[in-house]
Amino acid sequence: MAEKKQFQKGKMVPVPSVSIIPERDLDKSPILECSHLGIDFGGLTAVNEFNVTVGRTEIAGLIGPNGAGKTTVFNLLTKVYQPTRGTILLDGLDTHGKTPSQVNRMGIARTFQNIRLFNNLTVEDNVKIGLHNQEKYSMFSGILRLPKYWRQEKAAHERALELLSIFDMQDLANHQAGSLPYGAQRRLEIVRALATNPSLLLLDEPAAGMNPSETAELMENIVKIRDTFQIAIMLIEHDMSLVMGICEGICVLNFGQIIAKGTAEEIQSNPTVIEAYLGKQQ
Amino acid sequence: MKKINKNSLNGFINYGIVIAAFAVIQALLGMGRLSNSLQSLLVPACCYIVMAVSLNLTVGILGELSLGHGGFMSLGAFSGIAASILLQNAIPLAPARLAVSMAVGALAGALGGVIVGVPVLRLQGDYLAIVTLAFGQIIKNIIMVLYVGVDERGIHIAASSERFDLAPGGTAIIKGPMGAVGVTKLATFTAGFILILITLAVVQNLVNSRAGRAIMALRDNRIAAESVGINTTKYKLMAFVTSAALAGAAGALFGLNYSSTGASKFDFNTSILVLVFVVLGGLGSIRGSIIAAALLYVLPEMLRGLGLNDFRMLIYAIVLILVMLATNNDQLKALLGRVIPKRKGAVTSG
Repeated sequence: MAEKKQFQKGKMVPVPSVSIIPERDLDKSPILECSHLGIDFGGLTAVNEFNVTVGRTEIAGLIGPNGAGKTTVFNLLTKVYQPTRGTILLDGLDTHGKTPSQVNRMGIARTFQNIRLFNNLTVEDNVKIGLHNQEKYSMFSGILRLPKYWRQEKAAHERALELLSIFDMQDLANHQAGSLPYGAQRRLEIVRALATNPSLLLLDEPAAGMNPSETAELMENIVKIRDTFQIAIMLIEHDMSLVMGICEGICVLNFGQIIAKGTAEEIQSNPTVIEAYLGKQQ
Repeated sequence: MKKINKNSLNGFINYGIVIAAFAVIQALLGMGRLSNSLQSLLVPACCYIVMAVSLNLTVGILGELSLGHGGFMSLGAFSGIAASILLQNAIPLAPARLAVSMAVGALAGALGGVIVGVPVLRLQGDYLAIVTLAFGQIIKNIIMVLYVGVDERGIHIAASSERFDLAPGGTAIIKGPMGAVGVTKLATFTAGFILILITLAVVQNLVNSRAGRAIMALRDNRIAAESVGINTTKYKLMAFVTSAALAGAAGALFGLNYSSTGASKFDFNTSILVLVFVVLGGLGSIRGSIIAAALLYVLPEMLRGLGLNDFRMLIYAIVLILVMLATNNDQLKALLGRVIPKRKGAVTSG
């Protein structure tokens, strides 16, 4: 069992949009601002009045009981679903009407709750697909193998190995992605998302199915990623040791509504949150 | 490059197989050991290999089912024939005229691919199969009624024989149900060989490039591919149009191999035949497509004497169903996995 590790967290301060962001991010504009975000599926309101601001280098947490709408929020942010109401500002730019691939190019990358890798391709190719929009050569340079192709492919190969080395996976580069063990597949998804050069990384249950020592390692790596890439990370997680250990601002969802926002300490002592998770005290 | 990776090695083996086969056949031809009937199969076999490899780009590498590959072949064949007749005086050198005709055929195929692909590839699901099925039939029916000719007043195009007023000295290029007649046979086995090499180069280099990875990403997981910023429609269209263009070039070569070509040569059966080559050769496996197309085209022709020819399509259908049943059978797959370890990795590109 890994010993309990303390992570340095920033001091959280309020911003005008009724949210809190780390104090160090205060002089920069927030990376993500959601206001009045909501979606209805037919008559069912899945998410409503979702107002969240994420600081530029914040690690934010999104928690809540099963079926609270956490993954729906991620799908709204990445435009898998088009929101019924509200606006999403990414780095001050409205993402209204954008497609998932356009939103990715604007700077949001994500992982999936049920792993979605390109299973028939190698680990390296998976990362290179993440690098897709950073390689700039046309189909014809590719077919005719022009010098530009060789230069950029060499750069992509090196960059892919460099990214894989975050999780010490460079030795697995030639393995087939679908044949990797579960934990490695989750890590590869994070690497692939990072390869798209995001400014906001969304992680959907990154620690699902991991044992406590793997989770501890993942926590260190998430903080390391934030520090090296200077990006914001928002994660959905059921493992409270992870959420309380590294998340600076935490947002609790229940039945599609935000029931609490605050730091780990505030959330842990919030009676509404305790009620949502454990039920009303008799 | 310092180290050759597995994909490019596979590609070189494919070139090697084709070049070796060409050398062996040339040697046999030189020694006069090939019968006339076999010699007549050489060019069509090359065309079908190109058709199979190009259809594999759509079906195996992009993962979209196309049932109208014969339609693109037809477009290429008739536009190639038209080009070869129209350019008879402009380009007297036969190989050059053949090359230009094949390029025209490829353009026509690509154009057809764009027309079908732009509306259909935006949709998700099996719409491409339905629309390409219809496309093949539509092309066939259009060419059945199309009259194209050239005389000293220019090119004439008409939709019926009554309205087709060609001057007495003019040449008819396409004559409705009779198709193209009086075509100068330009196609040679060497041209077919070169077209196969070009097709291999295009498909294999595409697969191992940025665009090819995007195409395979769409096949493996569309949602994940979109989440890493891949433009779905653009790359689907790129694969589909490339595939249609290669089919068009193959069609031009095929059309210029016969003195007359009717539209019914490129019907639904042709499309299914090529699909059978691709499925039996292995989805996504280029080498499989080459071997399956060569064997399955030449074998039935050689076995014509056995009287099985009437049942050819029936046999293909049964074999196709059996292959699909067998490859979707988990027990059989597990058994194969035990006999041939590590064969899973060969799926991407062979």
